[in-house]
Amino acid sequence: MRVVIAEDLFLLRDGLTHLLREHGFDIVAAVEDGPALLHALRTEAPDVAVVDIRLPPSFTDDGLRAALAARQERPGLPILLLSQYVEPLYARELLADEAGAIGYLLKDRVSDAGRFVEAVRQVASGGTVLDPHVVSRLLVRSTARGTVDALTDRERDVLGLMAEGRSNSAISQRLYISESAVTKHTASIFAKLDLPVSNDDNRRVLAVLAYLNR
Amino acid sequence: MTDGTGGGPGIRRLPSRLAAPAEGLSLVGTAIVGWVAVLAVAGAAILIPVGAGVPWFPAAATWLRSLANRSRARADLWFAAAAPNGVAAPEQAAPEQAAPEQAVLGELRQLPPWVARRDGFVGRLLLCRTILTDPAFRAEVLWATIDPLSGAVLAIVPFGLILYGVFGALAQPFLWATIHAFADGNYYAFIHVDSWTNAILAIPLGLAFLALGVWSGPWWLRCHARLTRRLLGAGRAQLARERVELTRRVEQLDGIRTEVTDASAAELRRIERDLHDGAQARLVAMGMSLDAAERQLERDPDSARALLLQARQASSAALADLRDLVRGIHPPVLADRGLPDAVRALALDMVPDVTVDAAIPARLSPPTEAAAYFAVNEVLTNAAKHSGAKRIDVDLRYDAGRLRIEVTDDGSGGADPARGSGLRGIIRRLAAFDGTLALDSPPGGPTTVRMEIPCALSSPKTSSS
Repeated sequence: MRVVIAEDLFLLRDGLTHLLREHGFDIVAAVEDGPALLHALRTEAPDVAVVDIRLPPSFTDDGLRAALAARQERPGLPILLLSQYVEPLYARELLADEAGAIGYLLKDRVSDAGRFVEAVRQVASGGTVLDPHVVSRLLVRSTARGTVDALTDRERDVLGLMAEGRSNSAISQRLYISESAVTKHTASIFAKLDLPVSNDDNRRVLAVLAYLNR
Repeated sequence: MTDGTGGGPGIRRLPSRLAAPAEGLSLVGTAIVGWVAVLAVAGAAILIPVGAGVPWFPAAATWLRSLANRSRARADLWFAAAAPNGVAAPEQAAPEQAAPEQAVLGELRQLPPWVARRDGFVGRLLLCRTILTDPAFRAEVLWATIDPLSGAVLAIVPFGLILYGVFGALAQPFLWATIHAFADGNYYAFIHVDSWTNAILAIPLGLAFLALGVWSGPWWLRCHARLTRRLLGAGRAQLARERVELTRRVEQLDGIRTEVTDASAAELRRIERDLHDGAQARLVAMGMSLDAAERQLERDPDSARALLLQARQASSAALADLRDLVRGIHPPVLADRGLPDAVRALALDMVPDVTVDAAIPARLSPPTEAAAYFAVNEVLTNAAKHSGAKRIDVDLRYDAGRLRIEVTDDGSGGADPARGSGLRGIIRRLAAFDGTLALDSPPGGPTTVRMEIPCALSSPKTSSS
C-alpha cells in the first residue's frame, strides 16, 4: 500500500516511516511542509496519506488545508490527519464532503501502533476514523443538551464507538459482548434516534456524527 | 515660573525702556503685514469652492500662523517684563495681579504648522478642512483682523509720545511762527503757541512728553502683549483641558500597567505550577516505570509489560496535560484561524445553540484576538451557566477601527456586573486595550453584552510557530 507522510519534526517523521514500513506499507514520499505535501498528493496518487495538521510554512493548519485542497481535486482521496489537539470544528470540516476515507486522530494515538495501523488501513479502504477525544466532547455536549436521553448507558457506549468509526466486530471486541448483541444495540439506537438505517459502515458513521453535531 | 520672567537665568533678552518705542513701531509693521496675511487667507478661502484656493489657502494660513507665532513670542517677552523679576515696569506696583496669572497660564504655546496627511489635491482639500475647523486658526484670523485697529494703536503710543515731545521741545521754538501763520491756530497740547514766551513754555512740556514716552513705553507694550495673549491664547483653555485629560490618562494607564503586569506574573506562576504538577510529574513517573520495567524484563516479563503500559498511560496523560495548558495560554484554533473560527469552535462545545455571525476582513493583532477570544469565552460560559439560555447569538464585526462584539442570549436576564466577578474580570482585561463592555440585562431577559476594542487589522496570515 502506497503511503505519503507529511510531518515537519524529523523525529516523528522518521518514527512514522519506520512504523508503517514495519507493517508492510510502502512509503512513497515523506515531506515536511504544506506545498510539498500538495505536490506529493498530486504526483504520487497514494493509497493513503498520513498528515500532520500543523506544518510549515505558516505553522498553522497548512496540513489540513492541503488535505482539503487535494480532496477537492480528487474526491475521496484517503487522508489520515494527526494533530497535537483535536477540534470538533475541524472534524466537521473534514466530514463535510461525506466522501469518507478520512481520519482525524490525536498524535498520541501513534504510540498504540496496532490501533494506529488499523486506523490507517481503515481510512485507506474508505472508512471514517474519528479520535475518541472528539467523540467524547460531542457526547458530553449531546448528553448535556438531552439529545441522547433516550439511550441506555450501554447504548451510549456503542454510539460513541460507532462515532469513532469502529465496525460491529471491533465494537464487540472492545465491549466484550457478542456481535449479535452489538447489532441489537445499534438497531435500537437507530430506532430511538430516528436515524436512517444503513448497512454501509461509512454511512452509519456520518449519520451518527451528524446527529451528535446537531 | 522664573523662566517665564525677564529676570530668568539669561534665557531672554531684557526689553529695555529705549527698545520699547522701536518695538512698538515694529509691532505696527507686523500688524500691517498681518492684515495683508488675513486678506490673503480670506481671498484663498473664497476661492476654495472653485478649486483655485485649495493650493493657496494652506500656504496663506501657514504664513499667518508663523506671524502669529512670532507675535506670541514677543507678547511673552513683554508680558514677562512686567513680572516682579523683570525690568522695572510702571505696573510693578501691582505685580501680585500679573504673577499668579502668569504662574497659571505660563507662556503662550507656539503652534506647529498644519501637515497634509495625504498627497495631491485631495490631501490639500482635507488640509483646508483641518485648518478651517482649527479653533486656533480662527483666533489667529480674528487677531490679525483687529490688531491694526486695537493693538497697533497701543503699540504706537510710546513712539508717538516721544515724537510729540521732540516736536514740542525742538521743533516748536523754530517753527511756531510759520505754523501760526498758516494754520488757524497753533496749539501744542493745551498751550496756544502764538508767542516766544509760549514757545519757550512748550519746551519743558515737550520734554515731559518725551520722558513720559520713554518711561511708560514698556507699560504700553505690556498692554499690547495682554491683548495679544487674550486674542492668540484661545488655545490656552484647550491646553489646560488637554493637560487634565493627559494626567487622567497617565493615571489610568498606570493602573492598567499594574494590573497587566500582575496578571501576567500570576499567569506565568500558574503555568509553572501546572507544568510542575502535571507534565513534569508524569514524565518522572514514566521514567520510573520504564526503569522498573527494564529491571523486571528478564525475571518477570508479565509485570514488565504492566509497567510499560503504565509508562504509556503516563505519556498520554502528560500530553493531555500539555494540551490543556496550551489551550489555556493560546488556543490553537485561534492561532490557526483567527477569532471567528475560534469562536465557532467554542460554540461547538456549548450546550445552548450558538450562532456565530462574523464580518472581520483580516486577522486582528494577536494580543487583541486573544483578549477578544477569552472575553467571548467568558461571556458565553456565563450565559450558558447562569441564564439558562437556550440560544445565544454572537455577532463579530470590524468597522471604523473597532472590533465590535455582541453576544445576545434568550436567558432569564438580570445579570449584574457588580455581583459577578466574571464580567468585572472581562472589563478589567478589556481596559488594557481601551476596550469597553456594556451590559443590558433586564429581568426576564434577553441579555445583551456589547464589547468594543479599538484595534488595527493585521495581515491575513500570522505565523504562530
